[in-house]
Amino acid sequence: MTTTTTPPADRADRVAVSAKPRRVRTGSVIGSTGLYLATGFAALLFLIPFYLIVRNALMTDPEITGEEWKWFPTDIQWGNISEPFDDPSVDFARSLWNSAVVGVLHTVGTLLVCSLAGYGLARIPYKHANKVFYVVLGTLMVPTAVTFVPSFVLVSSLGWIDTYRGLIIPGLFSGFTCFLFRQYFLGFPKELEEAARVDGLGYMGAYWRVVVPNSLNFFAAMATITFISGWNSFLWPLVIGQDPSAWTVQVALSNYMTGQTITYHLIFMATAISILPLVFVFLFLQRWLVQGIAQTGIKG
Amino acid sequence: MSTITRDGVSSPAPAKASPAGPRRGLRGSPTLNFWIFTGPFLAGLLIFVYVPILWSLWLSFFEARFTVTPSTFVGFDNYVNMLTDEDFMGSLVTFTVFAAIIVPTTWAASLGLALMVNRLRFMKAFFRSVFFLPTAVSYVAASLIWKMSIFNGVRFGMANTFLGLFGIDNTAWLASPDPPWYWLVIVSVRLWLQAGFYMILFIAALQNIPQELYEAASIDGAKPGWQTFWHITLPQLRATSTAVILLLLVAAYQAFDEFFNLLSKTTWGRPPLMELYYKALGESQDYGSGSAGALILTVLICLVTLLQGKFLGFGRGEESK
Repeated sequence: MTTTTTPPADRADRVAVSAKPRRVRTGSVIGSTGLYLATGFAALLFLIPFYLIVRNALMTDPEITGEEWKWFPTDIQWGNISEPFDDPSVDFARSLWNSAVVGVLHTVGTLLVCSLAGYGLARIPYKHANKVFYVVLGTLMVPTAVTFVPSFVLVSSLGWIDTYRGLIIPGLFSGFTCFLFRQYFLGFPKELEEAARVDGLGYMGAYWRVVVPNSLNFFAAMATITFISGWNSFLWPLVIGQDPSAWTVQVALSNYMTGQTITYHLIFMATAISILPLVFVFLFLQRWLVQGIAQTGIKG
Repeated sequence: MSTITRDGVSSPAPAKASPAGPRRGLRGSPTLNFWIFTGPFLAGLLIFVYVPILWSLWLSFFEARFTVTPSTFVGFDNYVNMLTDEDFMGSLVTFTVFAAIIVPTTWAASLGLALMVNRLRFMKAFFRSVFFLPTAVSYVAASLIWKMSIFNGVRFGMANTFLGLFGIDNTAWLASPDPPWYWLVIVSVRLWLQAGFYMILFIAALQNIPQELYEAASIDGAKPGWQTFWHITLPQLRATSTAVILLLLVAAYQAFDEFFNLLSKTTWGRPPLMELYYKALGESQDYGSGSAGALILTVLICLVTLLQGKFLGFGRGEESK
């Protein structure tokens, strides 16, 4: 029992990987079984919605809407997979492509712009840096969604409605992301950059050659979070994408839901397809993601 | 820091001449570099955040329908309109009810999940993944599952099938505001989507609590379980709890996606953002009133944030106890 004491160093880094048991409960088999039962039950509740998507996506409509609830399709309808792409009412493939383009460019752009600014604010000695930081902090007080009316007004007067520019550019300047990068860079070991500068690199050189390569974990975590929020965002694409050719996948899904005719298996197949890439990204990058969230400095 | 300044002064000129050179990158003064690093971001922030807010402020004093360059100055009329508009004020009530339910439930659920997962001895990573996974799902997709499969109000819906086992009649979850079952749908969807994310924050915080505290408590005779939780764990989580509550509140203010998709054709249960969406971009395209509403909302959020900071001590840093 005494051996379970974790050394306090590098705690945050290990959150994701393997934390040793906090408290080894002495021999309480009943307590431990109860804990696993409760956790297992909660896990089941959390997984049911995922199961429902798959179930509905692979059933026929009469089976979904039948009088009797069925947990499993009697006959799995693999043919349903192509249906969203064949449906003439919504260009689903186009909406997926739009989401991919927007998601990737949104992520690359946000990381570039916000990480540079975060580094500048954290590390470059400039006497008014604090004032500039307040300008950034000020935007944190105003949730971005509240500014959507004025932003829409601006973007529409720029003529950016129904364009990738309109979908992507206004979202790149996230005060929150910049703030997280600043917090991260404040904790980055100074010695590495100083060594690089002694060797003759400027700020930019040291940043690209030393700081970024040594921060790939954090960048990966931020990239994942940014991509997920980009792929999942709805209000802004709804406002900007007025023509169906500019719809993202979320807008397309929403449109299925409020449409005139409802084809259940088609809608759920489309939903499954829209979630699948993210679930993969998520499971694959989860370790970084958890570390990143734990490192963001909101852990207290 | 002093060496940097000296370097900068001694060789300012070649900086731009050979930016690619490994020995002489951009080595100008810190001031110049500061602006090179932060300039693009700040420019974007000014153009896409500050300018719209100021423009919105200007629009809010004008009669602005279907146009963003109006000429009729109306003073505070738009503000008066919005503050006496039953729908807008009703949306503030909706938000208040929503926040009063969703903030404590998410806080409790995410803390509960964190405590459970943290005590597991094996399969920890698996359960953490399961609870965290909904973070990957969009509000639109989740609303769709909730509206069309779980709570769809007809016989074949999952919730009604389940309740039918107990002989309970079909419930029309979203079709009527009375009784307000739609709250159950709205709250549960958000709970499912966000509890796992906040659970991660709590797990990180739990692992930062020094083990010695528990050992000392057990020497002092504290029983593991409720006593240690109440006297050690909870106080140690104070900073994280405060941050989580603040984040939950801000997120609740921005609620739009699930309300829009679950209640799009209804006239009840509209949060402020949805009300503004219809006001500014709906039939009337009333940018003046929409802007006034957005600014009222912004002021409210700032007030709530500041008040919350005052009461819960957000930003005071970790308390050593």
